[in-house]
Amino acid sequence: MKFSEQWLREWVSPQLGTQAIADQITMAGLEVDAVEAVAALFSGVVVAEVLSKEKHPDADKLNVCTVNDGSEAPVQVVCGAANVEVGQKIPFAQVGGVLPGDFKIKKAKLRGVESRGMICSASELGLEEDTSPGILVLPESAPVGVDFREFMHLDDMTIEVDLTPNRGDCLSIKGLAREVGVLNRLALSAPDIEPVSAEIDDTFSVSVEAPEKCPRYVGRVIKGVNVKAETPLWMVERLRRSGIRSIDPVVDITNYVMLELGQPLHAFDRDNLNGQIIVRLAQADEQLTLLDGQQVSLRPETLVIADEAGPLAMAGIMGGENSGVSEATQTIFLESAFFTPLAIAGQARSYGLHTDASHRFERGVDPQLASVAVERATRLLIDICGGKAGPVGETTNDAHMPVPSTILLREARLESALSKKLAGDDVTDILERLGLDVTPQADGWSVVAPSWRFDVAIEEDLIEEIARIHGYNNLPVRRPAARLALRSADEATLTQAQLRRQMVARGFQEAVTYSFVAPELQAALLPDAVSPVLANPISADLSVMRASLFPGLVRAMEHNLNRQQTRVRLFETGLVFNGELDQLSQIPMMGALACGSRESEGWSGSKERIDFYDLKGDLESLLALGGNLDAWRFEPAEHPALHPGQSAQILFKGEHAGWIGTLHPQVRAKLGLKVDAVLFEVRLDTLSQGSIPAFEALSRFPEVRRDLAFTVKDEVPVQALLDCARAQSGDYLKDITLFDVYAGKGVADGHKSIALGLTWQHPSRTLNDEEINQLIDSIVTQVRVQLEAELRG
Amino acid sequence: MDHLPTLVSEARDAIQAAQDVPALEELRVRYLGKKGEVTALLKGLGKLSAEERPAAGERINQAKQTLAGEIDAKRQALDSAALDARLAAERIDVTLPGRGQAEGGLHPVTRTLERIEGLFTRIGYDVAVGPEIEDDYHNFEALNIPAHHPARGMADTFYFDATRLLRTHTSPVQVRTMKNSELPLRIVCPGRVYRSDSDLTHTPMFHQVEGLLVDEGVSFADLKGTIEDFLQAFFERDDLSVRFRPSYFPFTEPSAEVDIQCVMCSGKGCRVCSHSGWLEVMGCGMVHPEVFRHSGIDTERYTGFAFGMGAERLAMLRYGVNDLRLFFENDLRFLRQFA
Repeated sequence: MKFSEQWLREWVSPQLGTQAIADQITMAGLEVDAVEAVAALFSGVVVAEVLSKEKHPDADKLNVCTVNDGSEAPVQVVCGAANVEVGQKIPFAQVGGVLPGDFKIKKAKLRGVESRGMICSASELGLEEDTSPGILVLPESAPVGVDFREFMHLDDMTIEVDLTPNRGDCLSIKGLAREVGVLNRLALSAPDIEPVSAEIDDTFSVSVEAPEKCPRYVGRVIKGVNVKAETPLWMVERLRRSGIRSIDPVVDITNYVMLELGQPLHAFDRDNLNGQIIVRLAQADEQLTLLDGQQVSLRPETLVIADEAGPLAMAGIMGGENSGVSEATQTIFLESAFFTPLAIAGQARSYGLHTDASHRFERGVDPQLASVAVERATRLLIDICGGKAGPVGETTNDAHMPVPSTILLREARLESALSKKLAGDDVTDILERLGLDVTPQADGWSVVAPSWRFDVAIEEDLIEEIARIHGYNNLPVRRPAARLALRSADEATLTQAQLRRQMVARGFQEAVTYSFVAPELQAALLPDAVSPVLANPISADLSVMRASLFPGLVRAMEHNLNRQQTRVRLFETGLVFNGELDQLSQIPMMGALACGSRESEGWSGSKERIDFYDLKGDLESLLALGGNLDAWRFEPAEHPALHPGQSAQILFKGEHAGWIGTLHPQVRAKLGLKVDAVLFEVRLDTLSQGSIPAFEALSRFPEVRRDLAFTVKDEVPVQALLDCARAQSGDYLKDITLFDVYAGKGVADGHKSIALGLTWQHPSRTLNDEEINQLIDSIVTQVRVQLEAELRG
Repeated sequence: MDHLPTLVSEARDAIQAAQDVPALEELRVRYLGKKGEVTALLKGLGKLSAEERPAAGERINQAKQTLAGEIDAKRQALDSAALDARLAAERIDVTLPGRGQAEGGLHPVTRTLERIEGLFTRIGYDVAVGPEIEDDYHNFEALNIPAHHPARGMADTFYFDATRLLRTHTSPVQVRTMKNSELPLRIVCPGRVYRSDSDLTHTPMFHQVEGLLVDEGVSFADLKGTIEDFLQAFFERDDLSVRFRPSYFPFTEPSAEVDIQCVMCSGKGCRVCSHSGWLEVMGCGMVHPEVFRHSGIDTERYTGFAFGMGAERLAMLRYGVNDLRLFFENDLRFLRQFA
């Protein structure tokens, strides 16, 4: 809500400067967003009259005019505006005047003709933001020679407040003035709104079929209205200062009353109404063309104002094109209704609309305003457009009118809520100034909220009002007291923070990518993924929920590769979304991506590029954090985003927990990526499952180490050999290490040599050669049988 | 016997002239070894008379000790010279950077979230998290934001269908926690939240930390104290001015916006604070009884407060980041600044 300070001061004028008022209402919960001058700074501009106009002898587009600016002799001025005419009253910048932007007006010659001043447009005076093409034409009544700023009351500020949805009562000058009055303990001086007595008998029949949504409907016929009359400048200016453009006097007046009192009004052309006004719910698919030309198909929960021929307006939201006031209108039917907030709430938005009326009705318009507003509008209409008013017709259904609730405010509750005992008189004073009806009780107050406060219904609302007016910053401050209770801490569980730090220690930067990704990117990486799709994405690029951390990481890598970064190591933690909405899983994952050289560029490093095993090493360092490395397995498996020969499924205690692999060359090509990348992602709930260390006694007896080298076919995974050897190694195997993998000279084609180091130790005696040899024999036999592995000579 | 002095003199010269340990060893063998020249003299003592023998023996032994001492001294000198030479040869440039993987770094948002969590967990708050695809009930209804309430317009919501949406705040976590926990309750809920807004100062995803404390006798003063302490601790400024402005959130009553004295200009007024000297940093309030009712909490016995803040906003102020969008571009040149 934007308003003119001068207008507010007509209602209530505290001894405070503009900024002080802005600060005061901000601190009362009406947050001021902006305070701006109504007009830019200028001086030496007066109201003048155009006396003559002749074509410039040497320029087609220029006119040579004389104006009467109140000085003794007419002043000659060259004017380039197309709309300048003899007899017009115009703002005239005299020689010596200064226009916005420190533009000094001097005597000048324009193509040889002397010009002593300038006829100004609205934009040249900083009154409009857009460049209007012509000069500003003032009403005929404008007094020649008077300072233009004075004439227009331009020494004024606009104050824009960002009102929270609960304060619909402040969406008017009246409401704001009420608040300022409360804060400064000042009474309001509202304009006199005397009922306009009927001069004619004309009425128009109203039938309210949905009284629960429209408990009150006030209407009045005004006949003989001249819609071509001019809206007075003061009204145009006030509307402008509230950000509303002048359209025609009838619309301007309804807008003016809405701004002044808070009651949205609507004017129908009486002669276009058929039979009677019917306030009812729309029938399914009824059509209505709105004032803005938009054709809508109405839904049955929408309240409409109809006549016997069909819907005329969307109640409380927007009027229809065909029933509105036009230049030809002679008789108007003025509507001032109370639509309940619930009747209007959500309706405008559901049609993609948002209007000044719907904004107010959704938040609650004072139901007692309807008649007052009609009287105010009638007076203004007759004063400006002429005409004669009929009697006011009111249809009220008391059963559906809001009943002000009686709220009990307990003194003890107030004190405990604020940790402060406020004097009873202060409490009563604050509430009464706010317009609440207060009756003291034994242990508190019984309070009834005024009709304009839809947000005061429970005890806490009253506590807030008192705190707000008393001043939040005048209330005490203390630290909460709590019992010191130790909580058990799960030692085995690794925190996300620990896991993240391990990745940082391994040289990864943490990324945070959007949880929604481009569908094409996700499809390229995970063609089979099913994840929820946003109904209203911000853009197509961010429309599908990620089913994996891969799309975001790949996109982030691309971003960096495009910016001369050649070595990218990123990780991210976050939810991934899998399945349709009804079987959705939202699983926290940790993912990482690496590309570029193995080591950062330096004096000692090799230039080798990273490969699968580098990232696997990083991952294993994470897995080892929990002391549970044996619970993890890597199995060759295919994933659509990964190279089929360089990808593994990660298993935790036999259950699938994630993927690791090199980006599939085809996927890479499809995404236009120039370098290889290795990625992994693992469920965080598995990563975080560590174990508590369990001590094992140290043996005093010697270890026995034997090294064995086998040749096996290439396709046999090392893991199988390790598993097989381990299974045959008896109870006292301490360790099994893989110390060499070799293929090439000395090993048959299609085969590789794998060297294992096995270490045994018995807790309570020395192991003898015979038992070790037996174990080795059984290892050699079993790997031959199971894996066709041969011991190398 | 008579040539002993000459022998000693010769040997001493030779020892002094020795270039290395093997040469020295050779001299030791030559003079003092089993078949050495001095040893030979000792062996020749038998040929002398019993009277001559003790004096001659003493002279030879003396010579032997002298030479042995010289050899040891020379050996130490050679060892020490060899060590010096070796050390000199092994000199390296210690100013070269160390080897190994360069450290990575945490995202500034994580850094900020961890810091905020840390401040609260240290005084007994727990960290709670929850789903990001939420339903209408947990994101709105249970927070006293019924359908069509104008407050729904306060946060532009991403929807999947009529009832499923991306959470617009982490408050649903509070709702879920209140239902499943015993009182008293102290939690902070960090996490990603989503609003369909994208411009210079809004990204469609950002991070929030919300806090909730429910206990007997909790008042607005406790809320003010907690928020003031937190902001002063977060910005490490004991004298940071904090002010509370009445505001409106459907789930709290009374509600407040919290402003701090601008940390960029210390309240003098600058571009960051729009020359007001104040920065809006968070929202808070006393939990609305309707919210308690949804969770089955006795509103006569318990009261509580809740607060919420944007992690990016605080990170921007703390680290001087001037463009929100940088947080989600994942540009390494940006990320590395927070290592």
